[in-house]
Amino acid sequence: MKVKTGPEKIIPILAAYPEAGRDSLIPLLQDVQEAEGYLSREAVVAVGRHLGLPAGKVYGVATFYNQFRFSPRGRYHIQVCRGTACHVRGSGTLLGRLERELKIAAGETGRDGLFSLEVVSCIGACGLAPVISVNGEYHGHLTGDDIPALLEDYRNRETDEDD
Amino acid sequence: MKIPITVNGRTVEAEPGEMLLAPIRRAGYSVPTLCYGEGMTPTGACRLCVVEIEGRSGLATSCATPAEAGMEVLTHSPRAVEARRTIVELLLARHPDDCLYCARHGFCRLQDLAEDLGIRRRRFPADPLPTRLDISSPAIARDPAKCILCGKCVRVCEEIQGVAAIDFSGRGSETRIAAAFDEGMNISSCVYCGQCVRACPTGALAEQDSTGRVLEALQDPELTVVVQHAPSISVTLGEEFGLPAGKDVDGLLAAALRRLGFDRVFDTSFSADLTIMEESSELVRRLETGGPLPLLTSCSPGWIKFVEEFHPRFIPHLSTCKSPQQMLGAVIKTHFAKLAGIVPGKIFSVAIMPCTAKKFEAARPEMAREGLPDIDAVLTTREIARMIRMGGIDLARLEPEESDPPFGERTTAGKIFGAGGGVMEAALRNAHYLLTGSPPERLELKEIRGPAGIKEAEVEIAGRKLRVAAVSGTGNARRVLEEMEAGLRELDFIEVMTCPGGCVNGGGQPYTADPETIRKRVRALYRLDRSGERRVSRENRSIQRLYREFLGEPLSEKSHRLLHTAYSPRDVTK
Ligand code: SF4
Ligand code: SF4
Ligand code: SF4
Ligand code: FES
Repeated sequence: MKVKTGPEKIIPILAAYPEAGRDSLIPLLQDVQEAEGYLSREAVVAVGRHLGLPAGKVYGVATFYNQFRFSPRGRYHIQVCRGTACHVRGSGTLLGRLERELKIAAGETGRDGLFSLEVVSCIGACGLAPVISVNGEYHGHLTGDDIPALLEDYRNRETDEDD
Repeated sequence: MKIPITVNGRTVEAEPGEMLLAPIRRAGYSVPTLCYGEGMTPTGACRLCVVEIEGRSGLATSCATPAEAGMEVLTHSPRAVEARRTIVELLLARHPDDCLYCARHGFCRLQDLAEDLGIRRRRFPADPLPTRLDISSPAIARDPAKCILCGKCVRVCEEIQGVAAIDFSGRGSETRIAAAFDEGMNISSCVYCGQCVRACPTGALAEQDSTGRVLEALQDPELTVVVQHAPSISVTLGEEFGLPAGKDVDGLLAAALRRLGFDRVFDTSFSADLTIMEESSELVRRLETGGPLPLLTSCSPGWIKFVEEFHPRFIPHLSTCKSPQQMLGAVIKTHFAKLAGIVPGKIFSVAIMPCTAKKFEAARPEMAREGLPDIDAVLTTREIARMIRMGGIDLARLEPEESDPPFGERTTAGKIFGAGGGVMEAALRNAHYLLTGSPPERLELKEIRGPAGIKEAEVEIAGRKLRVAAVSGTGNARRVLEEMEAGLRELDFIEVMTCPGGCVNGGGQPYTADPETIRKRVRALYRLDRSGERRVSRENRSIQRLYREFLGEPLSEKSHRLLHTAYSPRDVTK
């Protein structure tokens, strides 16, 4: 199942911002990401054209905010909570381990499209800190060493579903 | 009303709204700056220019703090000096120890500052950031490891050039200067003007170095290596060798090039005359056949890319003339090859240019015939200066020599191409001739000289009024195009130079931040024109001969094949 990308999908979004100027950039990008799951190149360019901003500028602004992604989500989207509770209980180590195991950085998607990684501010499960969520399933009280098995588990699900 | 302040106890006056930096300089003190740039929005980003203001607790950035009456400024108090030293030490913390291998070695602001502030050891050691060189484009090389995030490149590109190919991306420790999608410059909207290179205080931006390829060609016994030098080079090169700005070193340059081993030395001012022959004929034809007007000049390759990317509607307005570099390239590998009895494939054709975008132009696929590029390598003024130094040649001590026939003669109309407005002036001189049979009484068009970015004039030729403009800096060009579209300006002929002020301020010229240096370069060109014996392109006897023996006449079929080209819209955003 491939997400359909390309400007057709975002035309109605742009249309909702007629005569928009630079102040509309962030809300527009949010809407586009909401609809497409990420900011495709085509979308960044189209948003820039709509607002009269060069693509480099739009990209520069968008990369300033953690919330924007530039690749589609993977089949399993991992969110690492960096809220205060998780932070003091070692979410930094979890993130580092995930990045190493998956060979991607926060905000990226692995080549095989299986996993994507995101850092979020607080997912409201402080009791489980440090916690990550994978497609909405919470996994709490994790240590770095729990990560390989957890990823393996999702990888196996993938093969099961394919079979 | 003037605003009185004191700087280190001396009274000076500031203009209303003026930042402290200017009156400090007028008082005879120099405060170091990094992120400040003449004509750009001050951002106060680097904090290097901090000074102490009596009665204020914190230090103030002099480039971004407006002068207020009664301010008592101390520029070199122990606190201010210590703060500056710490700033530089912090900038150096992650900086690679690369000076020996750096394109900016010897011309680097960061190096100067470390030296001026007496920094002799790394006080804050930190690992360099993992970064990637970007050598994807034909013209500009980026080494983000050397970037100190001053933002000057971003502001030049956006505020002055109106391109905004690069911007700050990411944040915090991940902040970086990047083109869209962190991709290479080659697929960005960059027009390769090199103004960011000139603005950059470090080696994070540089031209793509072509000296290696040229040195190799010079060593190859099979090749005839010919070189051409652009009109502005002779009035800027001297600066690299300690001569005063604006000193014309035309003859010394020719002598130095021969000593480096170039087999023929040609003058691009010759082909500037050739460009004028073609372009003024094109102007006259368009005037007589109804358009499309305004005619837009086409000798500045950054501007061409700019139109193709951002204003493709104006493509039909662009003159079809190739630039002087490419025209000369084309006649070298055809006419000259034949005269000299050399196979075109055995000619290696080098152009010395004030410009980084010329590297891109030479590499355009349209600029080749039968797989042979018209120009094989482009060197900036800085690169040829490097080669002259490498060759152990003492420029100032040489005896002047002449450029070589058949492309060594020029009129001063061709020479003033180097200054913004010069192409227009040269074209109108010749057009007047074409329309009336004689050159204009008033050769000099003072209205379109000088440093302004948009200059307009009205000239009358053969009873017809022509509205002309000379525009420099692509940001200004954008303004003019937009105003024309909105019906606010009506023009018949527009010269556009990519770089503010024209080639004398090109992206490949010797580094300077001093506007007076640029003015001296301009004055030198007009001085040559004033004392010139031949001041209208058609009076160039070598040009007359070239038409007689080879091209026929301007806009002939052969001219079209060799000297003209076509443009197409580009989408660079993918
Ligand atoms: S940018 Fe300047 S300080 Fe850095 S390596 Fe190059 S010359 Fe040295
Ligand atoms: S070369 Fe010119 S267009 Fe390209 S990034 Fe630098 S300033 Fe911008
Ligand atoms: S590339 Fe040069 S001009 Fe641009 S931010 Fe870095 S140091 Fe400053
Ligand atoms: S030069 Fe003033 S803050 Fe950078």
